Amino acid sequence: MRRREFLQKSALVIVGTAVSTAPAARAATGGEQWPAPLKTLSPAQARTLLKMARQIYPHPGLDDACYMTTVLDLDSEAAVSPETAKLLSDGIAQLHSSGSGRFDDLSAEQQTAVLVKIQSGSFFQKVRSVEVVSLYNNHEVWKRFDYRGASYPFGGYIHHGFNDLNWLPDPPDAASPKG
Amino acid sequence: MAHLDLNDDSAVVIVGSGAGGGTLANSLCQHGLKVVLLEAGQRQSPATFHNDEWRAFNQLAWLDKRTTSGSWRVARDFPNLPAWTCKTVGGTTVHWAGASLRFADYEFKTKTYYSKISGANLLDWPLALKELEPYYSKAENRMGVTRTNDIAGLPGNNNFKVMYYGATRAGYKTVHTGRMAINPQPRDGRGGCMQLGFCFQGCKSGAKWSTLYTEIPRAEATGRLDLRTGAMALQVVHDRQGRASAVLYADAAGRHHLQKARIVCLAGNSIETPRLLLNSASSMFRHGLANSSGQVGRNYMRHTTGSVYAIFKKPVHMYRGTVMAGIILDEARLDSGRGFVGGFEMETISLGLPFMASFLNPGAWGRDYTRRLEQYPNMAGMWIVGEDMPQESNRVTLNTGVKDQFGLPVPNVHCDDHPNDVAMRNYAYKRGAAVYKAAGAVETIEVPPYPSTHNLGTCRMSEKPGDGVCNKWGQSHDIKNLFISDGSQFTTSGGENPTLTIVALALRQGDYIASQCAQRNL
Ligand SMILES: Cc1cc2nc3c(=O)[nH]c(=O)nc-3n(C[C@H](O)[C@H](O)[C@H](O)COP(=O)(O)OP(=O)(O)OC[C@H]3O[C@@H](n4cnc5c(N)ncnc54)[C@H](O)[C@@H]3O)c2cc1C
Ligand code: SF4
Repeated sequence: MRRREFLQKSALVIVGTAVSTAPAARAATGGEQWPAPLKTLSPAQARTLLKMARQIYPHPGLDDACYMTTVLDLDSEAAVSPETAKLLSDGIAQLHSSGSGRFDDLSAEQQTAVLVKIQSGSFFQKVRSVEVVSLYNNHEVWKRFDYRGASYPFGGYIHHGFNDLNWLPDPPDAASPKG
Repeated sequence: MAHLDLNDDSAVVIVGSGAGGGTLANSLCQHGLKVVLLEAGQRQSPATFHNDEWRAFNQLAWLDKRTTSGSWRVARDFPNLPAWTCKTVGGTTVHWAGASLRFADYEFKTKTYYSKISGANLLDWPLALKELEPYYSKAENRMGVTRTNDIAGLPGNNNFKVMYYGATRAGYKTVHTGRMAINPQPRDGRGGCMQLGFCFQGCKSGAKWSTLYTEIPRAEATGRLDLRTGAMALQVVHDRQGRASAVLYADAAGRHHLQKARIVCLAGNSIETPRLLLNSASSMFRHGLANSSGQVGRNYMRHTTGSVYAIFKKPVHMYRGTVMAGIILDEARLDSGRGFVGGFEMETISLGLPFMASFLNPGAWGRDYTRRLEQYPNMAGMWIVGEDMPQESNRVTLNTGVKDQFGLPVPNVHCDDHPNDVAMRNYAYKRGAAVYKAAGAVETIEVPPYPSTHNLGTCRMSEKPGDGVCNKWGQSHDIKNLFISDGSQFTTSGGENPTLTIVALALRQGDYIASQCAQRNL
């Protein structure tokens, strides 16, 4: 419990792997195909959080599936923490009442304007701090960012491009021995 | 491995198995002394390390609650994570990058060399470079530091190529792949560097020195080391004469044990070591053990740091290979003409995508931020490490309002940058940006300090007992058989990454303790 609290306050939230590799129960929930069933959030709430997540760390090239992990991680936490469940449902209601209409229906610019208004609040910080870990820890996202992660399984980068940069001259041996 | 009885009062009890404690344990065992090594964390091995940033962080980092105060940005970005250190056998030498540099002579004598700096509690070390040199040599040999002992430098990776090109174009002269405690080729029972790129997560090839798989197994092989894992020291206990006599600790199940001791050595890193002394207050020592000077916990230093990342038109893939793959040494010099005293180094650094997203600008969000992150493949990066000023008010105290899982007050870390630190950081940011611009960067990004990886000075060495906590052997001024054996001893921080100096001091302290025992002074 303490550990969880600490991690959140540090904005270093460690996420469980909400999207498991086990055959996922696919629940059709009004449009989105969630890779796992929702535990506490309604489909409408989950959809709003998904839109919010897209605006916090927007990458036009990434599909919704990459952002769904964040929503599922938040949902899992809400399932075990009534405090988080309340934070999320109050926060989602606030999203809908802070702009000129339902958050989902606003333009990207309007959505961002709503988020700017609430960015110092605990709801926004909760979503952002979960998302910054879960989104960028996603191996699909890594591929898009040309990040390969662990190299131990294939023998290290020593034979896989650790020094393949060729648009600058190589440093002399004295500075960088060939090895 | 030895099993020492709780009542065996011939044991040297060491708290913490990192750079200081792990090295000292081996030194004492080689000298024939019996050692109980208390380590709060569990034992891992290269086989159990995860080459995945968050997983490794969860496996290895010190996550017990801490609090922060002061104007440093870390208090805002990471209010409960002032420091990035480890809780595992091997301590932070499991996470460290391996940069191994000696202090310069003037860095032991800053009070003499630097003009009076208001607000800085400068003091000369009671120790000169000359006295430490033989131990630096020993440390470099056992750690296998490149560019010493006929060990070649490491081959530079892409991140270094960018640094080298930019640095030499910007006029720097001393730029190379560094002095690293990383084997280019297998040596001394450790593997060669495979350029895995996860130095911060535990080196799976064992190329990087860590006490986990060097000092500690060697100490175990003597049959004189009793390493207890999951053992959190709670209090140092003293006898009626005021000598340290035992250490109270909790095992992994939370049960308390009292281990008797002939000598107690503290090496819990610069936040836990003073915390333990303060938590050991008694009716005889009301302000904590070894604290007659009032300096325990004060003069906390973390080095002046920051990072510069740069975006290029073409790919760099900085994450491939050694994290600290190279260094610029020209700015590490005695020269107050730059608007500050003290020197600094620029060392390559890389973070994987997960950490980069969290650290490039902590708390930032929105399209401007993600546009930069999308340039990840084209980024190069460097870390700045320079001397920071000791200040009495930068200190570790007990936060009695917040308790840890053992019911003890957590440490609060208070820090304000000294104007000298700010001037150095800003200058270094500019120089770092100049290096990358000289290599064609389209954008450079100044990144604020991460949670502190270097933590120093909270039980400083001093000539006079009134000025500090321990003497030049790390022996506390107040209690003869109580030693400080980690980076807390540093009188001032120097501009260099601290671990080589911590190891050299531990080796020197080991010889001293052994000779004092032989002469029956301890
Ligand atoms: C990411 C990273 C990169 C780094 N890179 C470099 C580098 O390139 N060069 C360099 O010189 N330095 C580097 N450092 C710093 C280096 O790791 C530390 O300076 C060094 O490990 C400190 O040694 P220490 O003995 O003081 O403490 P540690 O190595 O941190 O060991 C302290 C140990 O004590 C244990 N402990 C604490 N309190 C208790 C208690 N009450 N009871 C029982 N056990 C306890 C901890 O669990 C830990 O294992 C780096 C650090 C990090 C995090
Ligand atoms: S780059 Fe070298 S030192 Fe770093 S983790 Fe890989 S093998 Fe170990």
